[in-house]
Amino acid sequence: MNSFKKDFPIFKNNPKLVYLDSASTSQKPKQVIKAISDFYEKENANIHRGIYALSENATKKYILARETIAKFINAETNEIIFTKNTTESINLLSNVLKEILPKGKNEIVLTEMEHHSNLVTWQEFAKKYHFKLKFIPITKNYELDYEKAKKIINDKTAILGVAHISNVFGTINNIEFLVSLAKEKKAITIIDAAQSVQHLKINVKKIGCDFLAFSGHKMFGPLGIGVLYGKKELLEKLPPFQFGGGMINSVIYEDATFLDIPEKFEAGTQNIAGAISLAEAIKYIEKIKIEKIERYEKELLDYTLKKLKSIDGIELYLPKKQSSIISFNLFGIHQHDVAQILSDNKICIRAGHHCCMPLMKKLKTQGTCRISFSIYNTKEDVDKLIEGLKKVKEVFRE
Amino acid sequence: MTLEIYKEHILDLYKNPHNKGNLKNPTYEFSKNNPICGDEIKIQILAKNNKIADIKFCGQGCVISQASASLLTDKIKNLSINKIKKLNKEHILEMLKIPISYTRIKCALLPLEAVRGALENVRN
Ligand SMILES: Cc1ncc(COP(=O)(O)O)c(C=O)c1O
Repeated sequence: MNSFKKDFPIFKNNPKLVYLDSASTSQKPKQVIKAISDFYEKENANIHRGIYALSENATKKYILARETIAKFINAETNEIIFTKNTTESINLLSNVLKEILPKGKNEIVLTEMEHHSNLVTWQEFAKKYHFKLKFIPITKNYELDYEKAKKIINDKTAILGVAHISNVFGTINNIEFLVSLAKEKKAITIIDAAQSVQHLKINVKKIGCDFLAFSGHKMFGPLGIGVLYGKKELLEKLPPFQFGGGMINSVIYEDATFLDIPEKFEAGTQNIAGAISLAEAIKYIEKIKIEKIERYEKELLDYTLKKLKSIDGIELYLPKKQSSIISFNLFGIHQHDVAQILSDNKICIRAGHHCCMPLMKKLKTQGTCRISFSIYNTKEDVDKLIEGLKKVKEVFRE
Repeated sequence: MTLEIYKEHILDLYKNPHNKGNLKNPTYEFSKNNPICGDEIKIQILAKNNKIADIKFCGQGCVISQASASLLTDKIKNLSINKIKKLNKEHILEMLKIPISYTRIKCALLPLEAVRGALENVRN
């Protein structure tokens, strides 16, 4: 067992587990699990409301959690909005963003490798407001075509939405470049960091984006908590997304005024334990250091690629600059059959379209098999995967 | 053990499917897909006197959906349309003779759903 694996109780309870689906959701370290149970066992109270010690303590911890997350991505504390997940963060934007878009701009630029959550949201937006969707294509190397991007992003571009890392290929996109193109055209820029925030250092100031979204559950945090970062000036201009308690300044029967950011966007009782334990997940990452995580995963990636390439009949979808996600297909065997046979040996991989149906169509496949790493994975896991794939070949007598 | 799924008879059908191909003048035709898996199947039926005179399927999919399509098309050839309309999930599972998990049941049932769709969808 590597030293990180010991931090994750799931492996103690499932000793043979080979978990290669962290891009879907990561496993949770004991520090995070403890933060959740500590909160409910010792500190549970609602925030902002009770004038009593328990509630004040919960409020303080919730605010501290926001601070921890802000520092982690180099944002101001009030630029961090708690949501349910990446999907809700993007939906928040697609619900309110129209209000601040300049007149005359009516195009949304996305990429061909977006997750449905950063695609379907904008399809709906486009239908509602009669906007046009445009897509930065992918090259045959499973990377974005930056030359084409220069033309696609133009004076009509109102919004640019890009995934930092593709959840299918692991491609690390040059978001700084795309954001700078979009900024020249005064477009709003949105980064989907669902697959990057747990693997490499995010600095929102350096990226220069207006908004950035991610999910807690993919970065060692609990399910049900996510983040939307937004530039203060923009968040201040945006109207609330939902209405109700917790976001109100004052109310008369006919009307209401709202709190400032970030509370303006957090209507109703929040996922307090989620926020606090997400902060704990970030502390866990910071203790290891994200650079070290990046290095460890890169080494594992190189090891895996070498092994995978030695398998006959494997089709790998490899970009040049890649994070810890690998997509492949084996002999045209259906992905679910591969995954099912691997699952016999307690090897968990993802099989299917990965919420990127149009991309699969473009690749002319019904799906891919996808493996994705985290710090708890080891070379042994990879060796077991390779054994498992050989078993698949045996079963199919290939 | 999920390996029980990949029994000899099932894999044989996957590699050498029965009734795979196209009919020239089908009475009924229907395509059905399973978006979650990306399985796709087209069923073509030639009916005579309320019976199935010939049937073909084409498409792509996992071992389970493909084997299910072969077995189902074998089973319903020469059967009356009324009888076919009564086929259900239990019949399919019995026919496959392998344990099907909750997540794969959709694959097993896809061909039957396509046949049902076809019978409601007169082509000629
Ligand atoms: C790139 C990308 N964007 C968005 C999402 C959606 O994340 P969530 O389901 O946590 O909202 C995912 C999750 O798979 C993803 O990989």
